[in-house]
Amino acid sequence: MSAQSPQLHPVEATATTEQISEDARRAAEEARVGWERFEQLIAEDKRVEPRDWMPNNYRKTLVRQVSQHAHSEIIGMQPEGNWITRAPSLKRKAVLMAKVQDEAGHGLYLYSAAETLGTPRDELYEQLYTGKAKYSSIFNYPARTWADIGAIGWLVDGAAITNQVPLCRASYGPYGRAMVRICKEESFHQRQGWEILYTLSHGTQAQKQMAQDAVDRFYGPALQMFGPPDDESPNSKQSMAWNIKRFSNDDLRQRFVDMIVPQAEALGLTLPDPELKWNDERGHYDYGDLDWDEFFSVVKGNGPLNHQRLAHYRAARDEGAWVREAAAAYAAKQQQAAHDAALLTA
Amino acid sequence: MTETAQQTEQIPAGGVIAADPAERSLWPLWEVFVRSSRGLSHVHAGSLHAPDASMALRNARDLYTRRNEGTSIWVVPAAEIAASDPDSKGGYFESAQGKAYRHATYYTQSEGVPHL
Ligand SMILES: [Fe+2]
Ligand SMILES: [Fe+2]
Repeated sequence: MSAQSPQLHPVEATATTEQISEDARRAAEEARVGWERFEQLIAEDKRVEPRDWMPNNYRKTLVRQVSQHAHSEIIGMQPEGNWITRAPSLKRKAVLMAKVQDEAGHGLYLYSAAETLGTPRDELYEQLYTGKAKYSSIFNYPARTWADIGAIGWLVDGAAITNQVPLCRASYGPYGRAMVRICKEESFHQRQGWEILYTLSHGTQAQKQMAQDAVDRFYGPALQMFGPPDDESPNSKQSMAWNIKRFSNDDLRQRFVDMIVPQAEALGLTLPDPELKWNDERGHYDYGDLDWDEFFSVVKGNGPLNHQRLAHYRAARDEGAWVREAAAAYAAKQQQAAHDAALLTA
Repeated sequence: MTETAQQTEQIPAGGVIAADPAERSLWPLWEVFVRSSRGLSHVHAGSLHAPDASMALRNARDLYTRRNEGTSIWVVPAAEIAASDPDSKGGYFESAQGKAYRHATYYTQSEGVPHL
């Protein structure tokens, strides 16, 4: 291809210019074909895969969303991990360990998916470490009592599931596949949480009160996990046009409210919202305004535990660094030994 | 030329991944394949980072078979996998198209004839 240019253009300078414009034309043509194919995949509701051409903004949006999601799973281990040693029975302890281990797995599935978009794993870890990346604000609230572990499983994992089920059909293949795996594992998380609350609400008066307090604390923040109201969520529209997001924040929030009302009744507990009421006309429960000032304040870093969560993550990473380095050094040494042995026998 | 320039303006900036991100991490990337039960093939489950094959296997067990999902695991260095070029846009697989006669449904004369 380039070998032909000098023949056609004996004057070297002309050939170079010609070559540059030829390269530009080819790049433009590749972009056009790539873009058309991408548009077609989205229009036909098919999946985009890692090596496909994609718009930079689509890639950027996904790296941000998928890695934030991964960071949330990782930081999300802290409030519950904190209760493993204090779980009230061996059974509850085993269950909680299994759940926390699942969350670690969810983080890893999602990091794998994010990595296929071109950002190396270590860079993603770095973004969380330096505080550059965000994670779900809900994990900046403390788990004060054992009942909070119940409320987290029921409400926080419940909200996460509501959000995640439609993401199984996200247009980016690796993200959707990670979500399928995650959703399969999540349903036990919500049920075990609900069961903790059920046991407490059928125990002593003090235990029932503990369960009620936990629900009172987690109800609002759990509803806010779906993000700001639709009219304050400018990026949602593009995400929906790209088939990443399938339902708006408010639609998902409504779906969640409709689900938890009867679940709360079955617990014998109340949801802390005086305006919560069935609306026959809409066929949904109406619910009161949420405290968005608090939400944005927590997002900005002023939640009860933002500082502590990140400090704990950093300490764990720092303290584990020598293990990662030693394992890499050992692997390199083993590889060298195998290489040397092969040379000797050759 | 002008036409190309106009078209280019409508196309958002974008592209394909140029460098392999996995090569820029401390531990290499491994692809994990799990056999869910005897008699079935190993199927791709996902990927993970690990310093060497034996750690990759252990991590794969903890990450992808926490609920009896597997009876056997393969781990393969991601860098060792050769893949067909997605840019060939179907051309690579074209020879299979338009050959309906490779499928039993192509042959209709035998309809209604038992066991055929
Ligand atoms: Fe999770
Ligand atoms: Fe969970």
